[in-house]
Amino acid sequence: MVSSQFERRFGWRRIKEEGISGVRRRALKVGLALLLVLAAAFIALPVASLFIKSASGMAFQSLRDPVVTDALTLSLFTATITVVIVIILGTPLSYLNARFDYPGKEIADSLIELPVIMPPMVGGIALLMAFGRMGVLGQHLHAGGVNIAFTTVAVVVAQVFVSMPFYLRQARISFEDVDLVFENAARTLGASRTRVFFTVTLPIATNGLISGAIMAFARALGEFGATIMFAGNFQGRTQTMPLAIYTAMQGDLKISLCLALILVAFSFAIIALVKILTRRMYKNDVRN
Amino acid sequence: MLEIDVKKKLRDFDLDVSLNVPEGEILMLVGENGCGKSTLLNMVAGLLSPDSGEITLAGEPLFDSSLRINLSPEMRNIGYVFQNYALFPHLSVYENVAFGLRTRRLSRQKIEVKVKEQLEVFDLWGMRDAKAVNISGGQKQRTALARALAIEPRLLLLDEPLSALDIRRQAEMRKELRILIRNFGVPSIVVTHDLRDVVSIGDRVFLLEEGKVIHSGLAEEVFNAKPLTGAVMPTRTRTTRLARPATPRSS
Repeated sequence: MVSSQFERRFGWRRIKEEGISGVRRRALKVGLALLLVLAAAFIALPVASLFIKSASGMAFQSLRDPVVTDALTLSLFTATITVVIVIILGTPLSYLNARFDYPGKEIADSLIELPVIMPPMVGGIALLMAFGRMGVLGQHLHAGGVNIAFTTVAVVVAQVFVSMPFYLRQARISFEDVDLVFENAARTLGASRTRVFFTVTLPIATNGLISGAIMAFARALGEFGATIMFAGNFQGRTQTMPLAIYTAMQGDLKISLCLALILVAFSFAIIALVKILTRRMYKNDVRN
Repeated sequence: MLEIDVKKKLRDFDLDVSLNVPEGEILMLVGENGCGKSTLLNMVAGLLSPDSGEITLAGEPLFDSSLRINLSPEMRNIGYVFQNYALFPHLSVYENVAFGLRTRRLSRQKIEVKVKEQLEVFDLWGMRDAKAVNISGGQKQRTALARALAIEPRLLLLDEPLSALDIRRQAEMRKELRILIRNFGVPSIVVTHDLRDVVSIGDRVFLLEEGKVIHSGLAEEVFNAKPLTGAVMPTRTRTTRLARPATPRSS
């Protein structure tokens, strides 16, 4: 009796089993850790190389190069305009999608997501076919003396086209997360629907909306395909940072590296901002 | 006087309620979860529309299907304390109470005076700057009540006003709540499923089951009500709940 109990608790079989499972567990841990290091290195190495190569090649000297300053100014200007347009158009649209049902809502939803899936080059051609000089709408605009393609406006149009879905998606989630009971409470207190939107729904959803806007800004800043197809590649007019990187690669690598570093810095700042905002959003949820 | 006579098709049953609440009376609406109590409150507040019927407050129709009248919630001037209080999480206690007054385009001075008065009545002046999400359950309840009463409503609706409090606070608040509502003197409907609330807060009680009133009577006589076959007299530790009248007790 005693020995069988002893064996059950400390028997060979158990020791053996535990030994095997212990080894397995450790192997699994080591394997996973290795995978993690590899994945991190895969992302970190190119970014680090960018810094290493720029430092040795004095890429920062190119900061004053007109190609760099023009591209930087144009990119910041167009991406900012894009975000403003995206917010003004996208906020009511995503509120509508979050709160109301309407005929054709699913089709509208799919259309909204389309620019995310569609290759940007295809988006660029599509925009050209619509707003180009010979385009479906563009020929009429052209007849009226308005040309969009290959202008700074085209840069903004291309950026709005590709970055709008990022904002719409995030804004819709943020609005859906605002409990209807807050809106109901506000209405019983005498607030009209419009007032409820501006004083209750919008402030509660703000963090989510800002992080959506930041994502849209980032997408606009990195936009390449649709811009080069629809707006062309003219320095100071349509040559944004990604286009300038591509163009400079054929001549002066330092300029490309300098612009790339600026974009990397922006990306870091954007990730940090979104993280801070979403963490704050989560805290609010928990408290509620 | 509030007069309700409404019908609405719900998913599992048809709601068909006819009742009235005289000035200054506290009507307790009791029933199991999902029996239509909150739906009825939402219809009175204008947040849901009945399929047909009438809701009249002090002679003025809030809803009348035959006349196609349906006042929007913001036009009804009804104080509503929601189940989890629904305090605006982005606003302070002060701003929560001031919210309804700001929609009325009162002067800033008037709003300040009124909010201060309300906050002092409810012992909340000391925490007026705290965010509404950062205060205790009891304070949240008082803020919600102060916010609902600040607009000087013609009718008061309270949906399970004590359910979010711990047991000890519930007992204290029962007495307080009756005095507060009584002093205010407008018709009130309080939804609950705790019979102790009925006895200590209400004047009259309506028992609701699957959208129909199955009993009405004086609040203090609620334990003698026939449909309450399974109800247990209140004790300190046990929450008394309404038993389903149709089901005989298995024991």
